[in-house]
Amino acid sequence: MHGITSSTALWYASRATGVVCLVLLSAVMILGLLVNRQGRLPGLPRFAVLGLHRNLSLLAVAFVALHVISAVADSFVSISLAAAVIPFVSAYQPFWLGLGAVSLDLMAALIVTSLLRRFIGRRTWRIVHWLAYASWPVAVAHSMGSSKDMQSGPLLGLAVACILAVAGALAWRLGRARAEAPRARRVPDLMAAQAPPRRLARAGDR
Amino acid sequence: MMARLRVNPIACSGHGLCAELLPELITLDEWGYPVIADQPVPARLGKQARRAVTDCPALALRLAATR
Amino acid sequence: MSPALPGPTMASPVTPAPDTAGLPRLLPPAGKPADDLATHLGRHGPVPYRGGVGRLIPDVRAAGLTGRGGAAFPTYRKLEAVAAAGQGRAVVVGNAAEGEPASHKDEALLRLAPHLVLDGLQLAAEAAGAARAALYVRRDVYAATRLDRHLTQRLASGLDRIAVEVVPAPPRFLAGEESALVSRVGGGAALPQFTPPRVFERGVDGRPTLVQNVETLAHLALIARYGPDWFRAAGTPEEPGTMLCTLRQADGSVTVAEAAIGTPLASLLDLGPGTAVLVGGYHGAWIPAAHASGLWLTNTMLRPLGAFLGAGVLAALPADRCGLAETARVARYLALESAGQCGPCLNGLPRIAAALADLAGLGGRRPDPRVLADLSRWAGLVEGRGACHHPDGTVRFIRSALRVFAPEVRQHQQGRCSARSSVPFLPAPAGPSTDADWS
Repeated sequence: MHGITSSTALWYASRATGVVCLVLLSAVMILGLLVNRQGRLPGLPRFAVLGLHRNLSLLAVAFVALHVISAVADSFVSISLAAAVIPFVSAYQPFWLGLGAVSLDLMAALIVTSLLRRFIGRRTWRIVHWLAYASWPVAVAHSMGSSKDMQSGPLLGLAVACILAVAGALAWRLGRARAEAPRARRVPDLMAAQAPPRRLARAGDR
Repeated sequence: MMARLRVNPIACSGHGLCAELLPELITLDEWGYPVIADQPVPARLGKQARRAVTDCPALALRLAATR
Repeated sequence: MSPALPGPTMASPVTPAPDTAGLPRLLPPAGKPADDLATHLGRHGPVPYRGGVGRLIPDVRAAGLTGRGGAAFPTYRKLEAVAAAGQGRAVVVGNAAEGEPASHKDEALLRLAPHLVLDGLQLAAEAAGAARAALYVRRDVYAATRLDRHLTQRLASGLDRIAVEVVPAPPRFLAGEESALVSRVGGGAALPQFTPPRVFERGVDGRPTLVQNVETLAHLALIARYGPDWFRAAGTPEEPGTMLCTLRQADGSVTVAEAAIGTPLASLLDLGPGTAVLVGGYHGAWIPAAHASGLWLTNTMLRPLGAFLGAGVLAALPADRCGLAETARVARYLALESAGQCGPCLNGLPRIAAALADLAGLGGRRPDPRVLADLSRWAGLVEGRGACHHPDGTVRFIRSALRVFAPEVRQHQQGRCSARSSVPFLPAPAGPSTDADWS
């Protein structure tokens, strides 16, 4: 192996920060799925789940920035800054890097609307936030497709673990949603569930 | 400026974050829905109140200036 | 008092007694239905348009007309607010949803004097500067009347200046609630919405919307013709005019009558000994028998008793029935009619209804000793915490029952009931079961 050049260092940095991004974004997805009506993570108050979700997403922004800068600065392959935000214009691995740009753009929309959510209204914010369900899988595809290291060995294991964790959280959330009755059934179901009040029945009562 | 907290009961789905962030003014009823104290928000709690409004996952809480 | 005309069954009218107060006003004199346009024009003449926005409002103010849909809000203030906010783009809706099962007055009006309502709608549209008008009618009533034909005739003959769109309403208790009406007329489901903004600021299509009960519109149509002094010739100085009442007698007969406000209750209902009276419908209040016989129909007399005229429902409970059982059955109906949108209402009303059923002995068992404490706690938890006033009205109704039937409550707690009949008296139709039942 040659002496470590600055280019190699940058190359490693972009790979490493990329892996951190994947883990952070997966954690953000899981926490977002867990913020649900009246559900609780044992030991964590609800505002902490939400706080973690937010802080980790901002941390992820920082790592995405480092990931992009180190990849662009690295002269070993030619990746322009534009290619980081405009999908599929890169000379190097246009498709897989393009996916990264797509994911980054979606992430930017998520972050900006969430920072401004008090001003844009409930409905708009919710619709944009659903883009998360596109942003994360695209990020996973980008990381696995653009890096041979992630296609085998421990990094593949890490990627699979992230995918399984998010899938598990999603399955749990969907299960709870299906168990929730449609609005018009809420009251009739609750009325039917009112068990006859517990008491002693006595002979001779009315 | 005097402000009051108001909840949109249709949007509210009982997440309960508001009561965790602002227990001085918000408690949860036996079904998990917020009961808001019928008083203006004191100045020292203003920042917490604004945080509760921003953090509500359903965006159901609002701070309204009282007339 | 005007002759009582049969309500839901629409049998032949009763022979009128000679009247001295200029009654009937809204309901046609017996034997002469005004469903026909020519008859209506012959009796009242054409629509007396005033020729500009707001010109009718001073007369409405002088007349002291208040809403006949239940809230009794001064009509002139609604007209002013919408005219000011609307800037010529307002929407006017006549409300005939009549979600109250015990009420039949709006249906009677649309069958017997629809043209008065439609006149009023046009006049309100002119006064409020409206560009769009609609009539919101419970769909079974719509099917039983000839509204489409009337509207076509009126538009063709130039009597109507704005085309009126008929919007069918589902038979839900809350369908006539202002924000639910606006939602339905705007194309959505008849579900109450969170306010602010109030509908007179932002309603149908985001435009200022005037919502008036159809009886209010009919009174408006007469005030425009005969003036505020004529309107004030009946009723009391604080509560002028006449109102339509749905009378539910102890023998089970149901009629709709028009009475001057201030009429003694005893002249409308057969009050035997021990007859409690329900005033104002299912969000109203029970009046004990002892008070009922000396009562005049004014809000001034009713308010100290915790009641109000509302939409004019007056029901005399037969002495052999159990007031608690009736209240429990109605409470169950009210719980099922919750829109299920707000946590406190959706959770509280079913539990309150179940507790009342327990207290009323509807399960054939002695009530749980904690039932009164539970009821009190839950009532306090639902009041004022919904998007609309459904929980508040339900709590008012139930609290009045616990107050008026306190002796029966004590008996029931000991496992006894002095009622001799358990035949249901107050109507409690089937509730909704799917989302489609709200459109």
